[in-house]
Amino acid sequence: MGDAGSRVWADAVLAAALCAIDPAGLGGVALRARAGPVRDRWVEALRAHLPEDAPVRTIPLHIADGRLLGGLDLAATLQSGRPVAERGVLSEVHGGIVLLAMAERVADATAARIAAALDRGELHVERDGLALRVPARFGVIAFDEGAEPDERPAAGLLDRLAFHVDLECVSMRDLEAASAVTADMAAARGRLPTVRASDAVVEALAATAMALGIASLRAVQFALRAARAAAALAGRTMVEEEDAVIAGRLVLAARATQLPVPEAEPAADQDTPAPAQTDEQDGTEQRDPLDRPLDDLVLEAAKAALPAALLAQLVAGQGQSSRGGAGGRAGALKQSRLRGRPTGTRRGEPRGGARLNVVETLRNAAPWQPLRRREQGRSGTAPRIDVRPEDFRVTRFKQRSQTTTIFVVDASGSSALHRLAEAKGAVELLLAQSYVRRDQVALIAFRGERAELLLPPTRSLVRAKRSLAGLPGGGGTPLASGLDAAAALADAVRRKGETPSVIVLTDGRANIARDGKPGRPQAEADVQSAARRFRVADVAAIVLDTSPRPQPQAEQLAREMGARYLPLPHADANALSAAIRAAAPRQP
Amino acid sequence: MTTTTVSRPAPFPFSAIVGQDEMKLALLIAAVDQSVGGVLVFGDRGTGKSTAVRALAALLPPMRAVAGCPYGCEPDKPAGLCEACRGVAKPKSVQVPVPVVDLPLGATEDRVVGALDLERALAHGVKAFEPGLLARAHRGFLYIDEVNLLEDHLVDLLLDVAASGENVVEREGLSVRHPARFVLVGSGNPEEGELRPQLLDRFGLSLEVRTPGDLKLRVEVVRRRDAYDRDPEAFSARFKAEESKVRRRIVAARERLPSVVVSDAALERAADLCMRLGTDGLRGELTLMRAARALAALDGDATVSDEHLKRVAPSALRHRLRRDPLDDTGSTTRVERALAELFAA
Repeated sequence: MGDAGSRVWADAVLAAALCAIDPAGLGGVALRARAGPVRDRWVEALRAHLPEDAPVRTIPLHIADGRLLGGLDLAATLQSGRPVAERGVLSEVHGGIVLLAMAERVADATAARIAAALDRGELHVERDGLALRVPARFGVIAFDEGAEPDERPAAGLLDRLAFHVDLECVSMRDLEAASAVTADMAAARGRLPTVRASDAVVEALAATAMALGIASLRAVQFALRAARAAAALAGRTMVEEEDAVIAGRLVLAARATQLPVPEAEPAADQDTPAPAQTDEQDGTEQRDPLDRPLDDLVLEAAKAALPAALLAQLVAGQGQSSRGGAGGRAGALKQSRLRGRPTGTRRGEPRGGARLNVVETLRNAAPWQPLRRREQGRSGTAPRIDVRPEDFRVTRFKQRSQTTTIFVVDASGSSALHRLAEAKGAVELLLAQSYVRRDQVALIAFRGERAELLLPPTRSLVRAKRSLAGLPGGGGTPLASGLDAAAALADAVRRKGETPSVIVLTDGRANIARDGKPGRPQAEADVQSAARRFRVADVAAIVLDTSPRPQPQAEQLAREMGARYLPLPHADANALSAAIRAAAPRQP
Repeated sequence: MTTTTVSRPAPFPFSAIVGQDEMKLALLIAAVDQSVGGVLVFGDRGTGKSTAVRALAALLPPMRAVAGCPYGCEPDKPAGLCEACRGVAKPKSVQVPVPVVDLPLGATEDRVVGALDLERALAHGVKAFEPGLLARAHRGFLYIDEVNLLEDHLVDLLLDVAASGENVVEREGLSVRHPARFVLVGSGNPEEGELRPQLLDRFGLSLEVRTPGDLKLRVEVVRRRDAYDRDPEAFSARFKAEESKVRRRIVAARERLPSVVVSDAALERAADLCMRLGTDGLRGELTLMRAARALAALDGDATVSDEHLKRVAPSALRHRLRRDPLDDTGSTTRVERALAELFAA
């Protein structure tokens, strides 16, 4: 197994070469690797394969739209007296490569702009009074430095990059052993447009993608293009078996969401000849006897190249859900990640908490000065800089989707009072953490006949502590009302564009119905319907079982709510807080 | 305004799109009757959402517009004319292509609503209005890819204009008001964020597209895409006859549309269905009726039948359902179930 690293490295270099042959067609490479000598060597290899005059630019994290897409060049505009466009990075790299630093942290909005340019091969800009359509055919190298498995670049961008390479397991020693790809790149590029692929190749790639559970058809298209580039690199004008195998290994393997099922029936499917309608010369070169084996060959190659970590995940049967985002929870997470980020300024008055962006405002006023001066000139004295309300630009704030953690605390007699003290401690701890993160906390307590919102979503430590200290205990357990209140608050939080997460501290034993009347059967029926309603609301939730010994009721409640269940016998505030942090979504 | 253009290859032909029948049908319905109110296409990555919308642009038959009017006013409709056209007694009309305008991500507000012409202001000190994307989209389609990633302030603006059919711009003491009625077409991937309910409601039809699961279809999609990428012109030529067939179908349907009869029974059915599903407001019913009528016109039928209703109901209603606390089945299933109940009764 010692040579695993060097094999990965060889493939990575091959991917670089293929990408250099057809950067725009293949979209580029998602490179999972920390900054370091291995990554530098890979970039060197890529550069060596690119034509000498091909532009290579880096997109820094948090790039502004003006730099990314282009806009008005204010200085040049004022000097020349006519609008002068400033080129954005994406139009500067036409015919070359753009390096995306820390791709896993790039805002989804930025990723979507890059993806749109990749799709169209041109940049469509409607900004600052300019309408531009400029050619922008380029490849993207997305450096993914994510430490956590779920810290990944935007899925929409990943889908548009042919190669997903993971260099984590490659060490410097592996590099020594590897030999560089030495080929006439210019000739390969010249050959590419003439390279043909038979229908059998297309079918084999499509079948392999299906066997590996790859939904996106872009993957198959990329595999086909990669196979073509591989053929061009090898000096052929027809895609051969080995090219298809390379494509399967480099493009399809990393996207697998399932292990191929030992198949029998697709064979029958294929035998009813679909390739009868081959319209072009492709038919003449079709190698019928090899039709089936090619499928298997490509699939085998892809299987062999499945990254170990992915393999383990697939065997455990988690691949689908973790990547497909089928679970509602994953959707909520995605959504939260997506909203955030500062994206410049917008027109508007500095009112209602919006802050005036002075530089942008002046920038906007600048081009109109001659016009205004002329108008003012007639009426009398003109100010040196004439700024009007319509120039006002306010900063759009970083709304890194805020998380509001809603605590629902059972303050009834059944939940012994000392648990309440622990819950208070945990809330305080979490509050301190969220204060640092600028997240919010809310507190709902239920006891006696109903639930009460003791603390509306807040970041104020003082307020939270005060309302916690005043939380009394004892009385019946109106659990259903507590859940209803939590669902309502979570809905309100979500409407504000924030991400709610709910933590219920209870032993799950209700004895007060929704209407405030005592009686266990009705109370429990109400809890059930409240829990279901909660599940439909699709809010990330945790049920912390506060009973001294874990109770089936609380576990069942968690199941019905679609929440995570955590029994916490004898937990202290610190343990509680740690558990919440570990279980709750998106808590860094 | 500075405009740079790139010569672009022929778009991927509409009729060359493999499968995705519901999406194609919805776009055709919107092309036949703009009052259906827009199409929202949500679905998996790489399913050809934007391809279909861009393909539609090439397919639409040209329309008549007032010559030289920046908004492309309709000559025969005095009520909908812009201020400039209203002043002309007998406007000259020309044939122009139906606009399908892209609203790219990162567009700034001034380009969307229009602003002062910077060039003329700088060079000549003249105040002149430079129409924006909304003006260009008048009487046509406004397409927003990744609509769920659109900045909130632009969404608000679009909602406002879409509701009033008019765009009002105040800048530098210049006050401009012009008609802006367009079909909003949005596409996106639900995993990347949900759409705000207000915007969701603006779309007449909404549909979910999936990657075909059948190997043969998948191979065909890839093969066609590949053929197109290698030689767009030749590929388009192959589908020329198909394309003009679809175009003729749209033209014929538009002509037939006013005479398609919606019986009281069909109206009742539609109302009944909306009641069963508990959709909010009248918009669902209205859209359902209009879409069914456009479909009848496309099919060459004289009256709206149950069959038409059944076919358009999922797209017209699935995004208008309230979440039912006791039922977490998908909205499409719920519409289908209600349809089955309705037509069994």
